[in-house]
Amino acid sequence: MIDKQCKSAAEAVEGIGDGAVILVGGFGQTGEPMDLLDAIAARGLKDLTIVANGGGSGEHGIGRLLAGGCVRKLVCSFPRVPGSVAFEELYEQRAIELEIVPQGTIAERVRAGGAGIPAFYVPTGAGTELADGKEHREFEGRTFVMEHAIKGDVAVIKADRADRWGNLTYRLSARNFNPVMAMGAGLTIAQVEKCVPLGEMDPETIVTPSIFVDRVVEIPGGVSNG
Amino acid sequence: MADGLTRNQMAWRLGRDIAEGSYVNLGVGIPLLVLDHAPGGREIIFHSENGVLGMKPKDETDGILPDDLTNAGKQPVSLVPGAAMFHHADSFIMIRGGHVDIAVLGAYQVAENGDLANWRLPGSPTAPAVGGAMDLAAGARNVWAICEHTGRDGAPKIVRECTLPLTGPGSVNRIYTDLAIIDVTPDGLVVREKIETLSLEDLQALSGAPLTLANGWRPLEAPDLTPH
Repeated sequence: MIDKQCKSAAEAVEGIGDGAVILVGGFGQTGEPMDLLDAIAARGLKDLTIVANGGGSGEHGIGRLLAGGCVRKLVCSFPRVPGSVAFEELYEQRAIELEIVPQGTIAERVRAGGAGIPAFYVPTGAGTELADGKEHREFEGRTFVMEHAIKGDVAVIKADRADRWGNLTYRLSARNFNPVMAMGAGLTIAQVEKCVPLGEMDPETIVTPSIFVDRVVEIPGGVSNG
Repeated sequence: MADGLTRNQMAWRLGRDIAEGSYVNLGVGIPLLVLDHAPGGREIIFHSENGVLGMKPKDETDGILPDDLTNAGKQPVSLVPGAAMFHHADSFIMIRGGHVDIAVLGAYQVAENGDLANWRLPGSPTAPAVGGAMDLAAGARNVWAICEHTGRDGAPKIVRECTLPLTGPGSVNRIYTDLAIIDVTPDGLVVREKIETLSLEDLQALSGAPLTLANGWRPLEAPDLTPH
């Protein structure tokens, strides 16, 4: 019998190593898998690369990983928001490597990684400093920039419902990056509000099919940055 | 000098130019005010980069938890009947693929050729943050910039060439300021509306690129939107 359910956040994040590339879902704190990220921080891992939209906004989640000195590099579009204290301190001390990537390009690089596409061309960023040093190519009279796929060792995501196979649904805009990150890593771990019996989820409404999900942990409520 | 529009009035005025049936993305800052002042009686579908089509201002009685549904500025919003949710890759397919009719973006500078600078201030001690601005500048069918006519230091935001790092070259079609509405055209910047009591010479003095006044230009007006 397939059962991807774990008993705790700590069990769900076992086996992640130092230096891992971790894809993290969420937009602001909406859909950010804070309990799983706190559990990773509690393991005291080092030299992680975090790929996410932002740089955390409080003491839980990405903010805790940053404050705990776990992160060597942050790949994101928007690191600076109210409450992103941990990131801002590291940035001022030049104690973190920062790669700024346009938001849609992060999504597409991760999607490509999950889709088996090593690189692709986008118009985004052409003619700006974010395209410096990248390959450019003309298509139909317009300049495009080559972007490389991002592949994660691990994806850490948050969903609303799951079954024991790992089929997932989300709540409104808490979906955001989560289904994309789920497809882009070798090991995808989801914290969910509720696990339901296999067969209870309507196949028409499943957003992330179980093939992309390796571990599920039910955490009703979950921590929040308030 | 004539008084200009407030930020809310600027957003209200921009909203009057959005046609029925348009799909419109709102950037953070002044653009998000357009949601609060959208024209009634028209079906306009507002897109939010974080995976929402059909947002409206927050209705506290909608029963939706604030953390389950936000706009691009991470503020809670509500949904209109017919709204749809989707993930980030699909959201930026809509943006980059030319499916969004209008992107409304804030601006540090707009050049006479439509170049937009709105994401990074060199020399700032804080980290750069681009969000979805470059995707929108490159992909939306029309980009409308909305900003005060001059910066806090009085420097023009409408310039011959951007001196700040670009968000996108040649992106902007139209500029909404507190003093004027200006089209970016192959023949340069054309003032379609301006504060009636402000002369073209005075408006030009506040601008860093040459302006021409459109035939049939109209006064820039908006109702008093101060809460009473």
